[in-house]
Amino acid sequence: MFSYCVDPKTLEGLMWLSCYVTTAKHMSFYYSFFVVMGLLSLAAPLAMAFGFAGATAARSSLKIVRAFGKGYLAMIRGIPDIVFFLFIPIALDQAFEYLRHKVLCSDVTEAVRQGNDFVVCAAAKLPLNTASEWVHDIYGFSLALLAFGFVFGAFAGNVLSGAMAAVPKAQIETGEAYGFSSSQIFRRILIPQMWIYALPGLSNLWMILIKATPLLFLLGIEDIVYWAKELGGIKTGVYEYPHPDWRAWYFGVLMIFYLSLTYLSQSVLDKLSTRLSKGQATMAGKAV
Amino acid sequence: MSSCFQTLSDYGLRSIGYGERLLPKADITLCEQFVLIGSGMIWNIYFAILALLFGFFFATVLALGKNSKLFLLNAPCRAFIFIFRGSPLFIQFFFAYDLFVLLPRLGVDIDLGFLVVTVETRWLTKAWLGALIVLFFNTSAYAGEIFYGALRAVPSQDLESADAFGFTGIKKFRRIIWPTMLRLAWPSYTNEAIFMFHATTLVFFTGFPAWQQKGDAIYYASYFADKTFNPFVPYPIVGFYFILLTLIIIGLFGLINRQLNKHLPTNERKRLKINKYNLIR
Repeated sequence: MFSYCVDPKTLEGLMWLSCYVTTAKHMSFYYSFFVVMGLLSLAAPLAMAFGFAGATAARSSLKIVRAFGKGYLAMIRGIPDIVFFLFIPIALDQAFEYLRHKVLCSDVTEAVRQGNDFVVCAAAKLPLNTASEWVHDIYGFSLALLAFGFVFGAFAGNVLSGAMAAVPKAQIETGEAYGFSSSQIFRRILIPQMWIYALPGLSNLWMILIKATPLLFLLGIEDIVYWAKELGGIKTGVYEYPHPDWRAWYFGVLMIFYLSLTYLSQSVLDKLSTRLSKGQATMAGKAV
Repeated sequence: MSSCFQTLSDYGLRSIGYGERLLPKADITLCEQFVLIGSGMIWNIYFAILALLFGFFFATVLALGKNSKLFLLNAPCRAFIFIFRGSPLFIQFFFAYDLFVLLPRLGVDIDLGFLVVTVETRWLTKAWLGALIVLFFNTSAYAGEIFYGALRAVPSQDLESADAFGFTGIKKFRRIIWPTMLRLAWPSYTNEAIFMFHATTLVFFTGFPAWQQKGDAIYYASYFADKTFNPFVPYPIVGFYFILLTLIIIGLFGLINRQLNKHLPTNERKRLKINKYNLIR
């Protein structure tokens, strides 16, 4: 980074440190913070979409759709979500490869599941063996993102369906009295009114989502946890910047990162809740 | 069927180091998956029960501290609760492990009269103690916040009647404040207990390494998923065990809840409301 960093063995003190924290690997470490933020900003809307679809399906008049929606919302009851985080990416990966295998390699007659092995033809591999590094990265990240969207979607779906149920019945009946169709009631009365009931649950979800991002590491993404382990580990003399076991320091930095993120979110959400409560016929609304 | 009994005696206590040493590698049967994952559940139960037991008392202390008017008492309790509630449990495990590894290796002999136990700092780097401490701190912080909320919600009439009867200090706390606080906090605390069981699945996935393949339920589940390339069997088995465990907790905590509420008229009793979801925090 700096011109004096050519031979780090001769450097000392602050100069050594300034070179150390600007190595290419450290740049990847800093970049991985953006990966986490990217995941947060993509997973939140995705989970909302999944949740909204689930909550809407659970209220559907069609029995099959309703059962599907209710099953999705009930899925996360009683089972640790980490099970889903481990399960969904593998399952999705195999599902994609299986489908591609059926379509692209219809001439191959051997079974895909051979005892303990999962074998698809080379053309069906995802991503292709010949694909470049970044394609693999993007694919892994997308699978992780889908897992986050799916699990948190079920959670958001529970919140939203609770909020839809909390909208006063009289409001719906008023809509019916005016001759609104059920989809009009849904769009013009239910949806606009449910947000205030959903806000506490959704802010809770946001806080949990922040604290769930290190699970990316479990899914094999090179995230901040990966880099903290990688950079913090003991570096012997063969490395350019030898140092003892510094992992505790790196994880200390991660602790501070997450603490400031949750602290910031909490103060923003508190403000939002105060603002939305203004004029509402609730205890919080009266207090303002 | 008889071979399944054989598997049970071979692998039933595998997670704590008894029985067959080598894990099954090829031709893995459903029975082996059920037995080994069940064996791993021993660890999940161990962590959760001890963390909850110790955490319960520490959480009470934290709640009282946070409620204190003295800055010296109130600030550290607030900070403790904020740190453990504001950061991911996952990172806490890594941070704690790497901190414990840095500790100098010391041993202190403690004479118990009938035998001498050497307490070593090395133990902290092992899951049975190190991870237990992290889980203990974490549940203390969350339960402390729950208890604090309940403490603030104790009806003022209750306190006034306690004063009228001449209750003071510890007697007032033990007879009036504490039982009411517990009663109000119990539904949320039940969810915290369920969560604690779920959180134990993180232990062997984070800093704390499984030693000699003695791991928890999810450790064996991922072992099987790796070996068989089939996640559709082991993970649902874990799910099955956890649902079973969750039902047991709900039953037990429900009994305690009834005990805490029995002096109230039926229409004022607080019912247990189980969270529909428990997510890793």
